This record gives sequence, structure tokens and C-alpha cells, in this order.
Amino acid sequence: MEKKKITIALAGNPNVGKTTLFNAITGARQHVGNWPGVTVEKKTGKRTYKDTEIEVVDLPGTYSLTAYSIDEVVARDYVVEEKPDVVVQIVDATNLERNLYLTTQLMELGSRVVIALNMWDLAESRGDKIDTRKMEDFLEIPVVKTVANRAEGIDALLEEVVREADKGEHHEHEVSYGDDIEKKIIELEEIVGKDSALSGKYPVRWLSVKLLDGDENILEKIEGSSVGTQVNSVLSTIEKEDYEAAMAEKRYEAINTVLPQVCVKCVKEVTFSDMIDRAVTNKYLGIPIFLAMMWAAFEVTFTVATPLMEFVDMFFGWLAGVVADSITNPVLGSLLGDGIVGGVGAVMIFLPNILLLFLMISLLEDSGYMARAAFVMDKLMYKIGLNGRSFIPLLMGFGCNVPAIMATRTIEDERDRLVTILVNPFISCGARLPVYLMLAGAFFGRQAGSVIFGIYILGIIVAILSAKLIRGTVVKGKPSPFIMELPPYRLPTAKASAIHMWEKGSIYLKKAGTIILVGVVFVWLLSAIPAPGVDAAFASEEILGTEDSMIGVLGHVMEPLVSPLGFDWKVAVALVFGFIAKEIVIGSMGVLYGTGEDEDALAEILTAGAMSPLTALGLMVFTLLYVPCIACVGVVKKETGSWKWTLFMMVYGTTLAWIAAFLIYRIGTAIGWGV
Amino acid sequence: MSETTLNLLEPGSKAKVIQITGRGSARRRILDMGMVPGAEIEVIGKAPMGDPLEFLVKGYNLSLRKAEAELIVVQPLGA
Repeated sequence: MEKKKITIALAGNPNVGKTTLFNAITGARQHVGNWPGVTVEKKTGKRTYKDTEIEVVDLPGTYSLTAYSIDEVVARDYVVEEKPDVVVQIVDATNLERNLYLTTQLMELGSRVVIALNMWDLAESRGDKIDTRKMEDFLEIPVVKTVANRAEGIDALLEEVVREADKGEHHEHEVSYGDDIEKKIIELEEIVGKDSALSGKYPVRWLSVKLLDGDENILEKIEGSSVGTQVNSVLSTIEKEDYEAAMAEKRYEAINTVLPQVCVKCVKEVTFSDMIDRAVTNKYLGIPIFLAMMWAAFEVTFTVATPLMEFVDMFFGWLAGVVADSITNPVLGSLLGDGIVGGVGAVMIFLPNILLLFLMISLLEDSGYMARAAFVMDKLMYKIGLNGRSFIPLLMGFGCNVPAIMATRTIEDERDRLVTILVNPFISCGARLPVYLMLAGAFFGRQAGSVIFGIYILGIIVAILSAKLIRGTVVKGKPSPFIMELPPYRLPTAKASAIHMWEKGSIYLKKAGTIILVGVVFVWLLSAIPAPGVDAAFASEEILGTEDSMIGVLGHVMEPLVSPLGFDWKVAVALVFGFIAKEIVIGSMGVLYGTGEDEDALAEILTAGAMSPLTALGLMVFTLLYVPCIACVGVVKKETGSWKWTLFMMVYGTTLAWIAAFLIYRIGTAIGWGV
Repeated sequence: MSETTLNLLEPGSKAKVIQITGRGSARRRILDMGMVPGAEIEVIGKAPMGDPLEFLVKGYNLSLRKAEAELIVVQPLGA
């Protein structure tokens, strides 16, 4: 028998367990967070329930559908234009009032809605009594109780979804706005209905309601249509601001007439969550707690990882040895040992760091602390021309700038978002850490930790000053308003954190497995091909990674550009390859100096005269600031949608890097430090 | 007590929203988030640096900067 196919969309406010429910339905792995708007991408999954194949689309979390943010536009365009068979709205049972506001808007869109009353257990345990039968009667929408994090109620929900999709007729729900507004709605409906292009695509009442709501996105659509002037003449007769307020008020009023009848004792009282909040946002304790949280996250990421990293290092050192010994052909032995095993080792060694960092970020997000971090930091962020919400993407940048830049989608204002994207690469990502670890370890001994900390701080300072500079010049204007929910604290689940950690880790590995490995092998190949005019065999001992190979040629071409910074041709080559991925800087230096993956041997060569502490410091700073890796450039292009801004970011960073390294080298030489 | 704006209230005080001044999308977002005329609000506190502020509205915690809170005209309710 042919299977029936339906498409459902998951909608809901942020922090209501939408992602968890998506995972419970589809079994797909996806990040679960507590930061408002964490689901920025459209995710889909499949589930077969009985004889129905269900395509599940996870919409971005939104409070409303008024086109205030990109998330809202994405969500409502999907519902209006793709017309999913059923929209499942996940409603937080502990906060019906605000959650049902979105329900009123989904109803107006004319979609078939099924409510998943989630976190039912929490509402019940605090004494709320919600009568779902009555709720169904009043809203004329099926309501199913779910506890997404324990996968409870999923089958019942799917049963209801399939039944709803099967229904032939569809009842249009409406919010009644009262006589005055209704009169205007009818007036507008008549006008808008005349444009068949509009009325064919959107529900006419919804368009009229949105026009009175002052929805810019819809106003634009109408202005370009055949009825634009007529609509404007109606809108010019009303007090816009009064209507906007009245309509929001009416929607909440509609909810409030239903609420007392379906919910007994649904009142907010001081909870444990509020008590935690008093402490973490306290005038005196707030900032120390914030700093302590950040310090702890950093410390766990970098200290706990050390023994794991040593183990990975030992393993790959051993493996490279075994490979080289067991292959008689020296060319192949070198390729596999130095090139491939070395490359994989260079990738794997940072996996412990990255996993732990994302574990920390996940714990902060899922617990609800991330929103408080934005709350605590907002005043400071505002001063540098950003917004409290910019803090999270910047913090994520310490892990990897690629997801961090994608996380800027939660910033509603386009200009705030652009500035946050442009300065993000200065936040030192995990891939740059190996460069610092190796160089600082080799040259600064016991001060290595302080030097690395200083590099991180420098990145933050450059990001702040750049934000101020960009705000004052190319992206003028004040940061956008800060209107943010502080979600209740919740205990993060081990499963969600593990999924998050694994996802980020595998993103790193995938990137590593392909780009980094290819990069390292590419460097090896360049270093194995003889330079023009050199009479030697491919990959022969005497040319491998020397000036007599192709890589030497490339390095010499680049050398005049970096010699004012005290760098030689090998550094120039390493920096070029750092564009593929920053961690390759050390990997390719290893190949260039013929030490392969053995970092101790590389350190020995460098400290023996190949570099000075001064040039090592210059190289660290240059690595921090110059053009970010190719993946990061790609994501900046994707998120800004503009090559102009992408090029700006690349040129700006590289120029800063050159100036900073130049100053370090020249001043250091002049005062005789670290020469 | 007479009408005032939300940014001027002390933590712990309660008030009823009279109207939201200003215009544009930020105002609409404030309305969407439940700060509608007639809504009851409690001032929970402020961030360590004094801004933004935290409110309890419609059963959840919302934060606004002083600049946004200033747009909200309220009638303080007795303690």
C-alpha cells in the first residue's frame, strides 16, 4: 500500500523545548539550547507513524509573527507560502499566557494547528491544573500533553496530527478585535480582495490585520500591488500607534477570557529559579559570578583537556613511526607518515579542547545562564556599539568563529548583527590555540600561559575597538533595543549536552577530515615537487620541504611582504596555508622544517635560531588578527550576503595584523627585548 | 500615586500599563511581549551595572533597557 505523506511544521516560543520535541519525533540529532532563538536554521527530519510518512520542519523559535526579526519572517513565510498540512505549536505549560499569543497569530494565518502542551510535568508539580478538554473547546484546536525531554506523549501527538491532516473541512479561527477595528478590517479586506495575486497567496483577513498591525513587511508587499494607494488612503485615516497597541491588547484579552477557565491556579510565584536569579543578577555578586562562570568554562576547557591531548599526541607519534618503518618506499612512507598521519594527528589533538569547550557552552545555554550573561553584559556591550545579544556569538567565537557567526542570527537588528559578524574573527578561535600553544610553549616557558592569555585579551580589545570604529564610520547608528526573555533556569540534561558536544565535535572533525587533511597533504606535495631548475626526483630527501621545492618558490615570492615583520619565507608559506585553516600554520611549519608532526622537534629547531621570542610573539599576534580561515570567510559571505563586507573584513584584519606585528618587531628590536 | 514611566520604579514595585509611547517596530515588539495597556508588571531588579532592567509580565521575566522602559507609561499599584 502506498504510504500517505504529510508535512508538519513545529512552531513555538524560544525555550519551550521545541528542539527537544523535534529530536524526540525524528530522532535527528540537533542542538538544544536555552538562549532565546537558538534554532536559527530550518531543520527537517522524517518520521513514519503507522502508515503516514511525516516530514517535520523545525521553524525558528518566535514570540510573535509580526516580522520583527529574521526568525519571525522565516517562520511565517514558511507557514504562509509552503502551507504545511499541520502546524504543531509547542506551548510551555508553565507559561500559557504569553505562549498562546503566538497561537492567536497562527490561527489568523489560517493554518491547522495542534498544540503540544509541553513541560506538562513542571506545571503539574507546581500545582497548576490545566483542563486540556476545555482548552480544546475554547480554542477549537486539539491539545496534546507532552514531556519532550522524556519523550512522553509523542505518539499521542502524532496520532492527533495525522487525524487533523486527514480532516476535509477546515475551520477558520479568528480573534475578534471589537467593532471599531473590525470595521477597518472589513474595509481593508474588500480592497485587498480585489488584487487576485495577493488574495490568492495570503488569507485576506490576515493581510488586513497585519496592515493595521503596522507590519512593514506586508506594507511593502501591498505598496507594490495594484491596491497600494487605496490601502494607504484607508490607513491614513487611523491613528497607527493606537491601533497597534489595541490589537496586541485584544489578542491578550482574548487569551485572558479563555485562561481562567482552562487553568486553575496558573499564577506565577517566587520559584527556585527566581532565587537563583536574585543572586546572579545581584548588584555586587552579578559580575563576580559572571567572571567566575567564564573562568570556570575556560579552565575546564583548557586544563582538563591537557592529559587527553598528551595521549592523542603520543598515539599519533607512535602511529607515524609505525607507518614510516613499515613502508619500504621512502616517498610513500614520507607521504603517509609526515603528510597524512601527521595531518590527522594535527587535527585530532585539538578534539579534547573543542569537545570540552562546547560542553561548557552547552551547559551555560541549556541552564539558562547565557541569557543572564547577556543581561549582565548588555550595558558594556551597548557602550561599545553592540547589544547584549552580541555577547553570545562573541563568546562562541572562542570555540569556532564559524558557528559563532551563524549564531548572530539571533540579533534582530541587521546593523548590530553586521558589526558583531565583522569583529567576530578577532575573538580567538580554538583553531588558533595550537599555534599559540606551540610557539608560546617553545619560547616563553613558564610564562606561556600568561602570554596566551594576553593574546586572547588582545583579540577582545581589538574586537571592541573595531566595533567602536565601525559603529562610528561605516555602520553608523545606535544599537537596537534590548527586549529579551530571561528564561527559567533548568537543569541541563546530560543527553542534550552530549548531543551538542558531539555535533560540534563532528563539525570540527568533518572540517578537519577534509579541508585540514587536504591542506596538510597539499603542503607536503608542494614541498615534494622540485623547484624549476632543480635536478632532483619527486619527494627526494634532499629537496623535501627546502628552498629547492615548489614551496620554497612560493615562500620567496611572499618573503618581501613579511620580512619587515621579521618573518622568513617558511613563515610566509605557513601563513598562506593558515588561510585554509589556522591550525595548519604549525602543521605546515612542521613539514617545512622537516619535523613532521613532532612538535618538540619543531620547537627545538625554532628556538635554536630559526625564530626569536620577538618574532614568535609577532607571529602569534599576526595569526590572531589576519584574514580568518576559508570556512569563516565563507560563512561571513553567506551571513552578510555581501562580498563588499566580506572583503572589508579580510582586508581590515590583515592590515591590522601587519601593523601590529610590525610594531611588535620594530619596538622590540629598538628596545632590545626578545631579539 | 500618579502616572509615571516604568524606568522610574524601584525593584519590588508593581504597576499597571497605561500606554506605550514611541513608535515603530521596537514598540510593537514590546506590545507583542505582553506589555500591553492593562497588563500588570512587577519590577524584579536591575543588572549589576544598573541597566537593563528585569520585569515580571504575563508570568515570565522580561528584560528591557531603561531607554525602552521609559516608553512605558504606568500607574503604580499599592504595595
